[in-house]
Amino acid sequence: MAEPLLAIEDLRTYFYTAAGVARAVDGLSLAVAPGETVGVVGESGCGKSVSALSILRLVSPPGRIEPGSRILFEGRDLLALDERAMRAIRGRRIAMVFQEPMTALNPVFTVGDQVAEVARIHARASRAVAWKQAVAMLDRVGIPAPDERAREYPHQLSGGMRQRVMIAMALMMKPALLIADEPTTALDVTIQAQILELLAELQREYGMSVLLITHDLGVVAETASRVVVMYGGEAVEQAPVAALFAAPHHPYTRGLLAAMPRLGLLRERLQTIPGTVPAPTAWPDGCRFRDRCSSAWERCAAEHPPVYPIAPGHESRCHLAHEPARRDGPAAAGGRAVRA
Amino acid sequence: MGRRIGARIVQAVVVLWVVATLAFILIHAAPGDPFGYDAPSVTPAVRAHWRHLYGYDRPLGTQYVLWLRNLARGDLGYSVSMHEPVRDALANALPRTLYLMGVAVVASFALGIGLALFQVRRLGTRRARWAGAVALFFYSLPDFWLALVLLLAFAYWWPILPAGYPVDMVMHGYMAPWPAFVDRLRHLVLPALTLTLLTTAAVARFQRQELLDVLPLDFVRTARAKGLDERAVIRRHVLRNALIPTITLFGLALPALLGGAVFVEKIYAWQGMGWLAISAIGMRDYPLVLAAVLVGTAMVVLGNLVADLAYVAADPRLRVG
Amino acid sequence: MSADGVDRARRAWARLSPGARAAAGVIAVFALASLLAPWLAPYRVGQQIDIVHLASLPPSWAHPFGTDRYSRDVFTRILYGGRVSLSIATLAVVVSATVGTLYGAVAGYAGGAVDTVMMRVIDALLSVPRVLMLIAVLALWSPVPVAALVLLIGLTGWFDIARLVRAQALALREREFVVAARALGAGPARIVRRHVLPNVLGPVIVAGALAVGNVIVLEAGLSFLGIGVHEPLASWGMMFQDATDQFVSAWWAVIFPGAAIVATVLAFNTLGDALRDVLDPRQLPGHAALEPPETAHG
Repeated sequence: MAEPLLAIEDLRTYFYTAAGVARAVDGLSLAVAPGETVGVVGESGCGKSVSALSILRLVSPPGRIEPGSRILFEGRDLLALDERAMRAIRGRRIAMVFQEPMTALNPVFTVGDQVAEVARIHARASRAVAWKQAVAMLDRVGIPAPDERAREYPHQLSGGMRQRVMIAMALMMKPALLIADEPTTALDVTIQAQILELLAELQREYGMSVLLITHDLGVVAETASRVVVMYGGEAVEQAPVAALFAAPHHPYTRGLLAAMPRLGLLRERLQTIPGTVPAPTAWPDGCRFRDRCSSAWERCAAEHPPVYPIAPGHESRCHLAHEPARRDGPAAAGGRAVRA
Repeated sequence: MGRRIGARIVQAVVVLWVVATLAFILIHAAPGDPFGYDAPSVTPAVRAHWRHLYGYDRPLGTQYVLWLRNLARGDLGYSVSMHEPVRDALANALPRTLYLMGVAVVASFALGIGLALFQVRRLGTRRARWAGAVALFFYSLPDFWLALVLLLAFAYWWPILPAGYPVDMVMHGYMAPWPAFVDRLRHLVLPALTLTLLTTAAVARFQRQELLDVLPLDFVRTARAKGLDERAVIRRHVLRNALIPTITLFGLALPALLGGAVFVEKIYAWQGMGWLAISAIGMRDYPLVLAAVLVGTAMVVLGNLVADLAYVAADPRLRVG
Repeated sequence: MSADGVDRARRAWARLSPGARAAAGVIAVFALASLLAPWLAPYRVGQQIDIVHLASLPPSWAHPFGTDRYSRDVFTRILYGGRVSLSIATLAVVVSATVGTLYGAVAGYAGGAVDTVMMRVIDALLSVPRVLMLIAVLALWSPVPVAALVLLIGLTGWFDIARLVRAQALALREREFVVAARALGAGPARIVRRHVLPNVLGPVIVAGALAVGNVIVLEAGLSFLGIGVHEPLASWGMMFQDATDQFVSAWWAVIFPGAAIVATVLAFNTLGDALRDVLDPRQLPGHAALEPPETAHG
C-alpha cells in the first residue's frame, strides 16, 4: 500500500459516565490510502460512529480521546493540532456525511445557505460567490432545478434530496477524505442505490478517499475496495473486499456474512449471531467476542488476541490463526459462507 | 396559515368574552354595590336614584347585554375615585404602563438572551455557575421588595435618582426640551431597572434551557463538521433555533410582567394602570379595578396573538410547505 | 411511601449538590422555627412591649431584629409570620398541584378532542393576568378569610402543573405497560391512578417546590397591598407593608421580613432546580452519553 492518507493508530475514545467508563473505541487501528474506499462494518454499539467523530475530533464531553491515540492525516497527527488548525481541516480536507439528513440539516436555514456556508468559512467567499458555488454543487450532485431548490428549507425536500444536499455540502471544498456514516440507512432502497452510485461517481471524479461506515455488508460489497470489521471498539478483521467475502477468517465476520440476506436464499436459512454485544463499560477480558463465539477456548479468555496476518493485506484478531484446528464446524459459529 | 391566524383571532375574542363575563359575575356576586359608601348625605333615596341612573335596577340579563355592548364600544363605566369615565382614566394611564413595560421587555430579553449565551458558551465553568446563581437570585426576589430596596439605595442612601413619578411633578412643565427629556429618563431608570432585573432572570433561565436543548441536536454537529468555530456554531446555528420558543415566552411572560408592573408602579408612584388599580382598591372603585383586569387581559391576549404570528414567521417549517 | 419510594428519595438526596442541601436545610430551619414559634419567640405574638419607650428600636441584644413602631419585637413577628406565610404557600400549592394533576391526567389520558378543548381552556385562563385578577377579587370581597385566600391563590396557580402532567400522561398512554394494562381490561380510572399518577409525581414535586417560592412572593405582594392576610394574623409581606412608610428611619422593620422572604424563596427555587436536575435526566447537558454512545447516532 502506498503512503496512507489517513492512518489511525491505537485510537481509544472513552465516555466517562455515571455508569462507568464506556470504552466505545478501544484500540482501533486502520489506514486509508489516497483514492481508496474503505468500508467499516459492525453492529450498532461497536464504536464505528464514535471512531468517525473521533477523526474530526467532534466527540463531545463526557467523551474523550485518550492520550496515546494517533490519527495521522496527510502526515500530521490531528490529535496534536490546536483547535484553529483542526477547524481548517474540518469541511475542507476531511468532510462528513451523516446518517439522518433530516436532523443533520439545520431546519431554519435554506439548504443553499447551508451549502454556501462552507465556502464562506473556508474560501472566504463573498455571499454572492458562495451562493453561486453552492447552486453549482447542488446541480453536480443531481438536484434538479438547483436554483429553486437552494432557496428551500430542508423539510421541503425528500429524504434522497436532503442526502444529496449533505453530500454537496461535504464536497464543496473538494476534500481529500470523505467520511460517510451510514449515508443510506435512513433512505428507501431505490434511493440508497442512487446515493451510493453518486458517491462512487464523485469519488472517481475528485479522486478522494472515502471511509464508508455501515452495518450493511451489502453496501460494502458494492462500493468498497477494502473492509474493516469492527467489534468491541476495535478492528477484528481487515481484508480486501473479495478476500473477505471469499475467505472470512474471524468467527464474527463469518457470523455477519451468514446473517446477510441474499437473493434466492430462503428466510429460515438466515442465521443470527447468538448473544448480544457486551456493554462498552465492561468488555470481557481476552477476546471480546468469546462469549458469543462457538470456537472459543481457554486461551480466548486468557489472552487478548493480537493482530495475526492471514494473507497479504488480510489480518484478523483471532487465535484461530495460530491454532486453526480449533475451529468448529461450519454449522456452529454460523459460517454458511465458509469453505476456506 | 391563514386558517391558523383566523383560529387564533377567534380564540382571542372568546377569551375576552369569557373574562368580560367573569368580571360581570364578580361585580354582581360581590357584597355591596358601587353605591354602598357611607355618608350622611347619601340617603336610601339617593342610592335608589343612582341605581336607576346606572341601570342597576334592571334584570340581570339586560344588564349583562348592556355590559357587553358598552365594553364593545369601549365604555368601561364611571370611576368614582377619579371623577371621570374609566375610559379616560385608563387612556392617561395605559401609555405610561406600556412605556414602562416596553422598555423592560426590550432590555430584559436582550440581557436575558445574552446572559444565557454567556452561560452556555462557558458551560461547566465557575463563571457560568455564578451567572446561573445570580439569575436564580433575581428570579427569587419579590417585585415589591426589589423595588423598595433600589428606591432606598438610589433615592435615599445615595440619592442620585428621583424617588418616584414619571416626571418631576413640580418642575417638569417649566423645563426646556432637553432637560425635560433628561428628567423623563432619570425618572424611568429605577422602575425600568426593577422590572428589567426581574424579567431578565426569567428570560435567562428559559433561554439557557432552550439553548441546552438544541446543543445536542445533529445539525449542530454538522455545523462543527463544516469547520465553524464554536462561537459561530452557537451564535448562528444554535441560537437561531433556540430563539423560536423564546417568542412564546414573550406571550407567556406578559401576565407576570403586568403583575410586576403593579407593584413597581405603586412603589415608584408611576401613574400607570397598575397604580390606578391599586389606588382604586382603597376607594372601593370597582369599575376601575375590573377595567384594569379587562385591559390587562386584552394586552396579554394581543401579546400572545403577536407572539403566535411571529412564531409562524420565524419557523420555516410552519411558514412554508 | 413505599420502601422503593424511600430508597429513591435517599438516592436523590445523595445526588443533590451542596447548594441544594443547604437550601433544604434553610427550608427545614424556617419550617421548624415557625412551628416552634411559641417556644422560641422572646415575646407573645402581637405584644406591644412599651409603646412609649421601646418603639422603633434598632437591633440590639434584647431585640435582635429591633422593634417596630408599635413596639413589637420584629424577631417574634418574623417567627409567627413564617407560620402564616409558609402554611398559606404550602396549602395553596397543594390545592394547585391536586387540581392541576387531576386536570392534566384526565386531559392527557383522554387525548383527542377532550384534550384539545381542555388545553384551549388552559390557554384562555393563562391569558388572565393572575395578580390583577386576584387584586380585583380580593378587593371586591375584602377582607377575605385566610381559607378563601388559600383557595383563590391555589385555584389560579394550577395551569402550569396541568400542562406538565398532561404532557407526561400523553406520553405514558403509549407506553407498553399502560397499553398492556389496558389490554388486560383495566379501566381508565384505574390506569390513571396506578400508572399515570405515580409516574408524574416527580415532575409535580419539582413544579410544586418552585411554585411554593412563587406563592410566598405572591401572598407577600398581596398582603403588601393590604388585601391579603388581615390582622390579627401577620405574614412577612404584611410586616413589610406595615413598615414601608418608615423604611428610611427604621430600616430593620423592612429589611428583616424582606430577607426572610428572599431567603425562603431562594431556598425553594434552588431546591426545585436541583430536584429537576436529579429527577429528570433529560435536563442535563451531555445526557446523550448516559446511554451507550453508539445509540446516539446510529
